[in-house]
Amino acid sequence: MTSTIKFADVAVGTELPPARYPIDRLTLVKYAGASGDFNTIHWNERIATEVGLPNVIAHGMLTMATAVRVVTDWVGDPGAVIEYGVRFTRPVVVPNDDAGVFLEVSAKVTELLEGNRAKIAITAKFDDQTVLGRAQAIVQLT
Amino acid sequence: MALNPEFIGRTYPAGPSYVVGREKIREFARAIGDLNPVFHDPEVAQRLGYSDVIAPPTFAIVVSLEAANAALFDPDLGLDFARVVHGEQTFSYARPICAGDELVVTTVIENIRSMAGNDMITTKGTITTVAGELVATATSMLVSRGADE
Repeated sequence: MTSTIKFADVAVGTELPPARYPIDRLTLVKYAGASGDFNTIHWNERIATEVGLPNVIAHGMLTMATAVRVVTDWVGDPGAVIEYGVRFTRPVVVPNDDAGVFLEVSAKVTELLEGNRAKIAITAKFDDQTVLGRAQAIVQLT
Repeated sequence: MALNPEFIGRTYPAGPSYVVGREKIREFARAIGDLNPVFHDPEVAQRLGYSDVIAPPTFAIVVSLEAANAALFDPDLGLDFARVVHGEQTFSYARPICAGDELVVTTVIENIRSMAGNDMITTKGTITTVAGELVATATSMLVSRGADE
């Protein structure tokens, strides 16, 4: 584990570079195949609307995977992430068009911990609303 | 239908091992749009001290989910999958999952509770190598929505 970010260089309030990640129907198909999660609400509009959703929604685990990229890209070594947790509070609705949607992710250091570790709060928004609650990661810095 | 609270504390022993493939990691990383070379290029991963490409943090769910399903699909538990949504997910990592790892998962049902007509069930999967080295834990909370009245 070799983070490129040094513990000495971060403080409570340090902001990580934000990012904007596209998610479209093809993303959902690829994620279904790669993860083995073939739940129909993530690719079949008929089933999704039958169970009361506005449209097909992204896998929560895809949203979770996407959001932590601001941390892994910043910290240098993704293996420096030693803890990561989220609550799924709102679905990311993905329409059947060529544009798809965007997940807007920002993050900042909220606490410095013993052993050169830092706690990071992550904010993930779709359509100007947060989709993850209590999203936080702990990273091991050098 | 309420979930059977007698399942709290029940442990499901490890099933067959999961062998982590380099191409599977690359496929998963591409699916989430992540081209970080440490997920794709063994030489880059080796420069960071790993034996082969490492997996993105949430890849652990791919390993743990099948084991969790063995518990969740137990008919005596009473979980109706048509009503289930993922409520919370937490991972802790002793080290990243690496191509070549042969992993096994032990699952325990940590908690079952009801709130506002919904049932919540928490499972914890402990992922180790077949040699017994702890790699990660994956804690999942699923919500089974109560029937609409």
